[in-house]
Amino acid sequence: MTQLDNDKLIACVDRMPAFPKSVQQVVHLTNDINASAKDIVRVIECDPVMTVKILKAINSAFYGLPKKITSVQRAVVHIGLNTIKNLALGVAAMGMLDTQNKANFNTAQFLLHALTTAAISKQLAERLRCSPSECSDSFVAGLLHDFGKVVFTEFMPIEFKMALEKSNLLQVPLHETELEFIGINHAQAGKILAEKWGLSEQLIAAIAHHHDSGGAKSALEDCVFAANQISKHLRFGDGGNPVLESFSEATAARFGLQHELPADFAMQPLIESLGDLQAIKTEAQSFIHL
Amino acid sequence: MKFKFWGVRGSIPTPGPRTVKYGGNTTCIEIRTDDNDLFILDAGTGIHALAQSLLKEMPIHANIFITHTHWDHIQGLPFFTPIFISNNRITIYGSQDPVTGEGISRALTVQLQYSFFPIREAQLNARVEYKTLIPGVPINIGKATITPIVLSHPVLNFGYRVDCDGQSLFFTGDYEPELNIYSPEDEEYEQFQVLIEEKWQEVVTAMANVDALIVDSSYTVSEYVSKRGWGHGTYASAIQLATAAKVKKLFFTHHEPTRTDADLDVIYQSLLQQYPAVGFDFELAQEGFEIPL
Repeated sequence: MTQLDNDKLIACVDRMPAFPKSVQQVVHLTNDINASAKDIVRVIECDPVMTVKILKAINSAFYGLPKKITSVQRAVVHIGLNTIKNLALGVAAMGMLDTQNKANFNTAQFLLHALTTAAISKQLAERLRCSPSECSDSFVAGLLHDFGKVVFTEFMPIEFKMALEKSNLLQVPLHETELEFIGINHAQAGKILAEKWGLSEQLIAAIAHHHDSGGAKSALEDCVFAANQISKHLRFGDGGNPVLESFSEATAARFGLQHELPADFAMQPLIESLGDLQAIKTEAQSFIHL
Repeated sequence: MKFKFWGVRGSIPTPGPRTVKYGGNTTCIEIRTDDNDLFILDAGTGIHALAQSLLKEMPIHANIFITHTHWDHIQGLPFFTPIFISNNRITIYGSQDPVTGEGISRALTVQLQYSFFPIREAQLNARVEYKTLIPGVPINIGKATITPIVLSHPVLNFGYRVDCDGQSLFFTGDYEPELNIYSPEDEEYEQFQVLIEEKWQEVVTAMANVDALIVDSSYTVSEYVSKRGWGHGTYASAIQLATAAKVKKLFFTHHEPTRTDADLDVIYQSLLQQYPAVGFDFELAQEGFEIPL
């Protein structure tokens, strides 16, 4: 078992590049003086690495915000579009995440999983009649929930590869095999990073607890948990974890589901109630250009 | 407390016979408290003439607050003569730049390089200090309290509120009220509008009830149509801000560099006609004018 050094982890992530398509898009859009602001914001919002780097910069102690900024849109209003654009360009200058990596982790499929989880999580929050800012937080939390896996791919590829292979071979949860080979799982790594970046308590909790089945959870945590299961069940991309998790009694109750059923049966009424989820997949795919 | 405009021009100095009345130097405002403490808001080219006026007072302690690091707000720093003279103390305040991660010291360091200026930073004789400010966190200097707030511009920009001697003023630096980046038919439009309105309230609260509000008013409403996103406000947006914040007096500044004195006079007359009863006085900022509060 290898223990990941937290300080080293944080320092490495500071230098971590973003996903290829968004890097290309940011460079393209920032070279065009007539590019629309919303197009630039959309690219940043759809890339977990760009998003966390913007949120990290704006939530730093230097901006003394009484309330944490949890979305790229809010960051734009607070600090101005050009500064956000240049922060994104700074991330783009770090290069692109390698699609060929030693962990054999398919980052394009991962991004599809993250983006569809984000979009479904937002839809679930809307269904629960959460406030617009909570719905936007649900998107961000869905996008970032598996961030730890990108970090493992970059910095612990050999160990992460073994975790992925064992999870796939024995059909056991990836977060368990990660514990075995890396010493912490992606939810724990995500929590450490999210805390260090100064993200909001709610976002930290949603990232930290997205594999916990017990205990009382916030609506945001429940949305991310359920969206993650739906995205996996519908095979929208691939986060590397083949195992569906059961809904706890409380989470099932929040969405009016029967928790004693196996997860795929339990979530069926919820999936049907959300309408055409293929559209979410298609939109995410068009962004990633798979 | 009193203040004096040493530079009111936006973007680039505009010397010449057609800018004699309002002045051609870029942004610089001197503030004196009743105890004669010295505060300087921005170090545009106007700071050079201010520096000449300070020579008789040496040694001095100047507190220079930089709104943002665009050239027209820092270009005068290397020409602020007191930095070369020992026993002077110069404290430069500003924000940390989120993109470079560097503090306000960079505004001077970058300019004092071999290619751009003959004197090195290490050769400055005055005691020069830098302090990074955090928005919303007031700092006290003498009897004055200065509070920065982030105001939208294409680089991180601080507006400053100065409270002292029972009086107050607010200077926006360069400021364009936030725009909705979405179209009304976009799903995100409404939520973004909520964020904009929250920010507007924060801005209005920061400048509430000041005796003097000094606002970037670069454009007329019709000019603004083709300048959206450039980071500057209009005369109309300044009036709107002053009205919402219930200020006592409004000064329009950051005059667009192609405007002549005659142009500005015409604009002022039309503003007087357009806004006959806003409940506060307003004036165009004019280089060399001192205003007691």
